[in-house]
Amino acid sequence: MSVAAPERPEAAQTPARTHEEARMRRRRKRILWGGGVTLGAFLLVSLFLMPLGYGMVTALKDKDGVSDPNSPILPVSAEVFEYEGEEHEVYAVPMPGGEVRELALIEPGRESSVFIDPGDPGAGPIEWEGRWRTLDPVRGFNPQWGNFAEAWSTIDFVRLTAWTLFYALTTVFATVVSSAIVAYGFARFRFPFRKALFGLLMATILLPPAVTLVPKYAVFLQMGWIGTYLPLIVPHFFANAFNVFLLRQYFLTIPKELEEAARIDGAGPIRTFARVIVPQAIPALTAVSLFHFFYAWNDFFEPLLYLAGNRDIVPIGVGLSYFSGVYNTEPHLIMAASLLALVLPVAIFLAAQRVFVQGIVVTGVDK
Amino acid sequence: MSDLTAAVRRARRGKRPPKRPASPMERREARWGYAFIAPWIIGFALFWLIPMLASLVFSTLDFQLTDPEATSFVGMSNWERAMSDPHTWQSLLVTLRFTVLFLPLSLVVALGLALLLNSAHLRGVGFFRLLFYAPSMIPLVAGILIWQQVLNPQTGWLNKIIGLTGVQATGAGGIRWFDNPVLVLFAFSFIGLWGVGNAMMINLAGLQGIPTQLYEAAAIDGAGWWRRLRTVTLPLLSPVMFYNLVIGSVLIMQYFVQPWVLFGATGHPEGGSRFLLIHFYQQAFVFGNMGYGAALAWFIFLVVAALTAVLFGTARFWVHYGSER
Repeated sequence: MSVAAPERPEAAQTPARTHEEARMRRRRKRILWGGGVTLGAFLLVSLFLMPLGYGMVTALKDKDGVSDPNSPILPVSAEVFEYEGEEHEVYAVPMPGGEVRELALIEPGRESSVFIDPGDPGAGPIEWEGRWRTLDPVRGFNPQWGNFAEAWSTIDFVRLTAWTLFYALTTVFATVVSSAIVAYGFARFRFPFRKALFGLLMATILLPPAVTLVPKYAVFLQMGWIGTYLPLIVPHFFANAFNVFLLRQYFLTIPKELEEAARIDGAGPIRTFARVIVPQAIPALTAVSLFHFFYAWNDFFEPLLYLAGNRDIVPIGVGLSYFSGVYNTEPHLIMAASLLALVLPVAIFLAAQRVFVQGIVVTGVDK
Repeated sequence: MSDLTAAVRRARRGKRPPKRPASPMERREARWGYAFIAPWIIGFALFWLIPMLASLVFSTLDFQLTDPEATSFVGMSNWERAMSDPHTWQSLLVTLRFTVLFLPLSLVVALGLALLLNSAHLRGVGFFRLLFYAPSMIPLVAGILIWQQVLNPQTGWLNKIIGLTGVQATGAGGIRWFDNPVLVLFAFSFIGLWGVGNAMMINLAGLQGIPTQLYEAAAIDGAGWWRRLRTVTLPLLSPVMFYNLVIGSVLIMQYFVQPWVLFGATGHPEGGSRFLLIHFYQQAFVFGNMGYGAALAWFIFLVVAALTAVLFGTARFWVHYGSER
C-alpha cells in the first residue's frame, strides 16, 4: 500500500490549506502505522509458525536429506535418468566449449567417462575427458510424499485415531452430562454450604492430581482395570470443575421466568432442567464439549499410566511418543506422523472456531 | 455498578433475620440442590478426598508394586528418604527454575500478543488471531516432536536462523539445546510458547472489556501510549493476569509430558529435565515404590499449596478488583 506524496506548493499557505495538509499528514501517519504494525505482526507470526514449515519440509525429505546439515531447505534428491533399463545419476558436466550440460553418467571411468543426454538420448553416448568424481550431481525438487504413507501404516494411524476418538467422545458425553447436572444444582438451588462446596469444587482445579494417583492405581489394579479404558472414563461421570464453572456461568444468564413458567405448568426440577435449561444452553454445552474433546485428545499422563502394558489401545499422543522412541533415527517419518496427528484437531478447531473462542473468554474473564 | 451490587448485598445481609428454621419449601429446594450436585460430591469423595487421605497412609508403608504381599508399616522413613533424596531437591529446583523463567515469559508474550491483536493499527485481526492461536490446537506430543527437530543443533532451523546473525550456532561449538541443563529450559520454553494462545485470548477479551472512555480521558490528560498502558490497561487487566498466573503456575507444577517425551525419566541433561512429576512417576510407577511415591506426591501437594498461598497472598497488593474502588 503506497500513497503518492502530495505536492507542496512553496507559496504562502492560507489557513484552509494548512488544515487540509494536517489532515493529509494524519492520514499518511495512520497508513504508515497500519502498514508497520501489520508487517511486524506478519513477521512475528511467520517466526511463530516456522516450526510447522520446518516440519512440513522435513516430512517430505528422504533419509539422506534429513541428516545432512548442509542440505538445501527444500526436499531434493539426486536426479536420475533411466537408460536401457538402468538408473544413472545426472551430473553437471563442463563441456570443452565452455558450456555446462546436465548429463547422465552411464559408464564411469578413471580418466574419461561416457555420458548420455537425458533430454536427447537418441543422440547417442557422449565421451568426456576428466574425472567424473569431481563433478557435481544435479539435484532436483523431489518431495517424498511416500513418507506420509509410510508413517500412516507404521504408527497404525487409523487404530490410534479410532481409540483416541473413542476416548474423547465417551468422556465428552460423560463429563458434559454430569457437569451440566451439577452446574444446574449450583446455579439455581439454595442450600446450606453452597458457597463452601462451590469453593471446594473450584479448589480442585488447583490440586495436583499426583496426590491421588498411588491409591487410585492400587485400587484399579486390584479391580483389574489397569490396561483398560475404565480408569480413564469412569471418573468423568462425576463432573469436572472447569466444565461446571463454565456451564454454571451460562445457566445464571438464562432468565428465571422460563423455569417459573415450566414450574407453573407442573414440571418438576428434572423436567425443567431437561426441557428448558438444556435447550437454552446449547452454545455453552457445545463449547464445553469442544474443550473436553481437545483435552482428551491431548491427555497423556493418565493414558500412559493406566494403559501401560496394553500398547494396542493407546490414544494418539502416547502412540506418537512410543513411535518417536523407536524411530528416532528417522526424523522425516516422525515429522510426517506428527503432521498427520495434527490434521484432525486443527480441522475441527477451524470449523468450530467461534464457539470455541467464546468459551475461552467465559472461563477466563468471568473468573 | 459493582459498588452498587456490593452495597445491596451488604444491606440485605444486615436485614436477614438470624437463624430461623427452614421452611418446608426451602428444605425441598435444598434437597433438590444436593440431588443435582450429588454426582460431584460422590466423585470428589471417591477420586479426591479418599485417595488423598489414603495417599497419606500409603506414605507410611513400604509398599512395592512388584511384591504387594510384603507391605509393612515403616513410619516416617519414606518421608525421611524423600527429604534426603538428592533427586527430590533437584526436581524441586528444576521445577522452580523453570517457573521463574517461563511463567513471566509466557505472561508477557500473551499480553504482548493480545495488545498487538487489540491494536487499532493492525489489519486482518481475525487472520492473525487465528494464526497465533493455531499452535495451541496442535496435539501436544506432535508439537514437542516438531520442536525437537527444529531445535536439532545441526539440522534444525532455529540454529540456522541464529547463525544468520553471525553467531556460531551450528557445528561443533554450536548451541546444543538438549545437552545443557540451562539451555534445555529454554527449549521447554519455546515449546511452551506454542501454547500461549489460551492466555492470549483471555487477555484479549479482557482488553476489549476495558471501557474506551477511560482511554479517552487519559488521552485528554496528555497520557502517551506507555502511560495509558501502565495506568489504565494493566490495573484493569490485573484480575485476568492473575487468573493466567495461577493457572500457569499450577500447570508448571504438573509439568510432565514435555520432559517425558524428550528424555523419559533419564533426567538428561544433568538432571535438567527431572521435574517434580518425573521424579514422582519414576519412583512410583517405573520402580514401583508406591509408598515412597505417595510421600513424594504429598510433598508435591505441599509445594503447590505453599505456592498457591503465596500467589493469593500477594494478590491484594496488585490485583485490582472493581468493587474495591
